[in-house]
Formats: sequence, structure tokens, C-alpha cells
Amino acid sequence: MSNQITAKTITDSEFFYGHKACSGCGGSLAVRIALKVLGEGAISVLPAGCMSAVGFNYPHLCFSNNSIISTFAGTASMLTGVEAGARAVGIKNFKAVGLAGDGGTADIGIQALSGAIDRNDDILYICYDNEAYMNTGIQKSGLTPFGAKTTTTPSGENIHGNIRPKKNLFEIVAAHDIPYAATASIGNLKDFMNKIEKASKIKGTAYIHVVAPCPIGWGIPVNETIDIARKMMDCGLWYLAEYENGQFKLNKNPREFSSIKDYLLSQGRFKHLDDADIEILAAQRDAKWAAIRKNWNTTEEEL
Amino acid sequence: MNKPTLRSYQKPQKLSDYPLGTASEAGHLVTKNSGWRNERPIITDACINCLQCYLYCPDGVILKTEHGLDIDYDFCKGCGICEKICPKQAIKMEVE
Repeated sequence: MSNQITAKTITDSEFFYGHKACSGCGGSLAVRIALKVLGEGAISVLPAGCMSAVGFNYPHLCFSNNSIISTFAGTASMLTGVEAGARAVGIKNFKAVGLAGDGGTADIGIQALSGAIDRNDDILYICYDNEAYMNTGIQKSGLTPFGAKTTTTPSGENIHGNIRPKKNLFEIVAAHDIPYAATASIGNLKDFMNKIEKASKIKGTAYIHVVAPCPIGWGIPVNETIDIARKMMDCGLWYLAEYENGQFKLNKNPREFSSIKDYLLSQGRFKHLDDADIEILAAQRDAKWAAIRKNWNTTEEEL
Repeated sequence: MNKPTLRSYQKPQKLSDYPLGTASEAGHLVTKNSGWRNERPIITDACINCLQCYLYCPDGVILKTEHGLDIDYDFCKGCGICEKICPKQAIKMEVE
């Protein structure tokens, strides 16, 4: 596509600035970039979670677009209301955008999200996935991967962290036959920016699931947020894909994977894993990729 | 360039000064984040203006100017992502 958004062409304006997120926070980068792509017409809705906690500290308010906190479960339903309301009063060139964490999306807000997709409301829902309830101090969410240590899934002699796999929210959303859904990662902002641009032009509901590592919760140095997001894609535990017109499409199809062990053991939350645990994760990864390569469109095209 | 800027804030003195709710003007910044920082990034002459640091900074504090890139030290938290992302090692971290 010729009109790609790049670091050179993206607006200089900042819409999420001076926020109180931890040093090296991945979620704040996802929100910052999303709002830069959407511009001042974005009306953002944030449920309880890191980004509302660090963005709204009255009188210190870090969003320079219109922005509001919703109930924890009601991001998508508030988006529905914001969109209908803005349209009713004649506001032009706006985009109702939800910025919710993995817990607020996959667990607590999933009913409202499902309802909004069912009604095909003209909204954009972005889930920044840091794989646990980080804001309240690292509790397991539905998107916490197998083996990860959180305060509610500790690792001991018998049980090695979380015993359940990560929910596949991208495919759960796609199963609603949504007009547009995509996965992304802050490790590849070019891909993320252009998916937001594409999603913002969709008539109807659009959903983007962006992985945004949390240095505190993942147990990594604060300057390695981007590196770990890239390693996660390189080792095959995350993939960049889209769902559109009833078809799944893989954006990047790596010829070989980097070491899954290196990715896992470089993080505090996976330090306790033994070889058998790592084997389970590798087997899950291989089964997933086999299914993707068999059933999805894997012609790589730049967005 | 349009970004929220730091402004002075008067604490309410009497009851009638208090607002009815916690809603306010967008982009209303009253405190700096510079106190969080142990190390500050310095952009050296090796910079080729590829803008990767500008793009990947979680706080958006790297600014495009006519003379290359500049850093807003009022809000830089010193995480060092810019140093790591730089393909030319043009950013050095300096202990505060």
C-alpha cells in the first residue's frame, strides 16, 4: 500500500503525554501510538486498568483528546453509547476507540465486547495484552500463558505457575464474523500503526489485539520491553494476523523459530520452568502453527 | 507539534473552589516525571535521524526539531528503550 504510516509521516502531536506509567511500559506505548494514528478525532474509552490509572490523576490529565473512564466490564458498551451520542449531536470525523487491558477484555469485559460486535457498532476496540492484571499487582487473567508465575498462580514444587493455556481471544472475536480483527505487537510498530489506520476506516466493529510487555510483571529490565516483544514473535509464541471478509490471513510466516527456551528463561515469570514445561509450550506452539499454515491464507503481503 | 504542556495549578483554597467532579480540560499536566530517572539519554552526533527512538519511546518525549532530535527531560523516565532501539548506538545513557 502506498499511503503507509511511518515514523516520518505520523503526526508530531502527542495525545498521551506526561503519564505516570512505569518506566519502559509497553501498554503506554501501544496507547500513545494508537492515538497518534487516530488523531484528535479519537474519543477514547478506558476501563479500570493500568492506562486509566496512569492517565487520569486529577488534576494531572494526560490525554489531550476526549477521553473517559468506563466501568471495568463496560468498555464496549460505553463505546456503543459514545458513538451513538456523538453521531446524534452531529459530531463529524470522530472515532470511538476502546483501550482496555487483557483482563478488562478477555475476562471482565468480554460480554460487552461480544454484544458490541453482535450489533456491529461502528467502534474500534484495542486490547493491549500484558498477560495478567498488572495494575492490581500481577494476578492471572484469561490471557496469562501456561507456566507464567503470577501472585495468584505461584510456582512451587508441584505446580509450576499457571496451569491453563492463554485464551485465543483473536479467534474468539473473529468467530463473531467481525468486519475486521487483527493481532499486533509493540515489537513491530509499523505493522501496528497500519492496522490501526486500516481498522479506523472499517464501517462496523474492528478489534486489534496488541501484545504490550510489562517489565514489572514479566520480570525483565525496563529497557528490554521492545526486545522481548520481538523475541515473542521470533520464537513463534505470537503471530501477526488479520481476519477480514471471513478469512484469516497470516502477515508474517517465519521460516524458522528462534529458541523458545531463550525467550522464556529471560523472564522472571518463567524462570522456574523445567524442560518438560518448555516442551509443553513448544508442542502447543507447533500444533498452533501447523493449523495456521494449513487453514489460513499465508501469502505474506505488506499492509 | 501539539502536545500537553506543564502548567501551574492552584490548589483549591475554599469549598467553592472545588470542582463538581474530577473531569477537566484534556491534556492538563501539573507535575513532572523527571524525578523518576536514574539515567538520562543523550543523543550524540552519530544520530542519522531514523526516528526509531522517537517512535518507540513509551513516553513520547523525543521530539522532532529543525536541528534533529531533542528530548523533553521534564517527562523522560530514563527507561533506556531509545538507547537499545538505536541502530547506530547514537544514544548514550548518562548517570544523573
